[in-house]
Amino acid sequence: MGTSVFYFVAALSVIFSLMVIFSKNPVHSVLYLIVTFFTLTVHYILLNAQFLAVVNFIVYMGAIMVLFLFVLMLLNLNKENEPLKSNLVKVVGVIAGCCLVVTIIGSLKATAISDPVLLKNPNLGLVKNLGKELFGPYMLPFELSSVLLLTAMVGAVLLTKKEKV
Amino acid sequence: MENITQGLQGVPLNHYIWLSAIIFTIGVIGVLTRRNAIVIFMSVELMLNAVNLLLTAFSVHNNDPSGQVFVFFIMALAAAEVAVGLSIIVMVYRNTQSIDINVLNRLKW
Repeated sequence: MGTSVFYFVAALSVIFSLMVIFSKNPVHSVLYLIVTFFTLTVHYILLNAQFLAVVNFIVYMGAIMVLFLFVLMLLNLNKENEPLKSNLVKVVGVIAGCCLVVTIIGSLKATAISDPVLLKNPNLGLVKNLGKELFGPYMLPFELSSVLLLTAMVGAVLLTKKEKV
Repeated sequence: MENITQGLQGVPLNHYIWLSAIIFTIGVIGVLTRRNAIVIFMSVELMLNAVNLLLTAFSVHNNDPSGQVFVFFIMALAAAEVAVGLSIIVMVYRNTQSIDINVLNRLKW
């Protein structure tokens, strides 16, 4: 047992996120993305960030993915208007991504931090602790994010209105 | 719950950084290679989630709840971004009958 659960879930999340970008059908991409988010929820549970795990489960897997699926069904994409991608762009994109990951990991090697992640305070990710933090020092950003959500809602309604306003 | 998660701790911090870097890079590759606007949006979501996971790992590592608060803010931001972005995609589809981003290349001039 021990840390092997982390490596198993990590391998699952990498595999499913690869399948998100390489599957041909966009509906399959959305479904694989839901599975990827579920593995990330498992990661949050392993880190004992229970509040984030529940929020990730409800907001991402519930709300955002339903929005994606809904738009995908609404647009009614057929096979013939599914855009084809050239092989050159694919190869160049994969090479550029590999360069990015090599750069990040190489720069990480130079810093050489490798302490194990240990939970010092078991109450760290619980709602009580995070709520105190959220309504204490982060009161203003929290209220501003509500304004942001209201703005996004008004903007989305305005953008999708058919007639001119 | 505590006993279960306590037994599963002890993964090196480097491995969390590697996992996040790999998932982030997969998102970058998706943005670079796909031409379907919705799949590009999903790749952006992948990148946001990689950053979220890394922030949570650092938060646990440094015993600081601020990181998890920031993850919460990023989730609120992602919800707003997805709502506006998908409505833009619906509008583009209504005008051009396609969600191929190469149709939008007349934004270049």
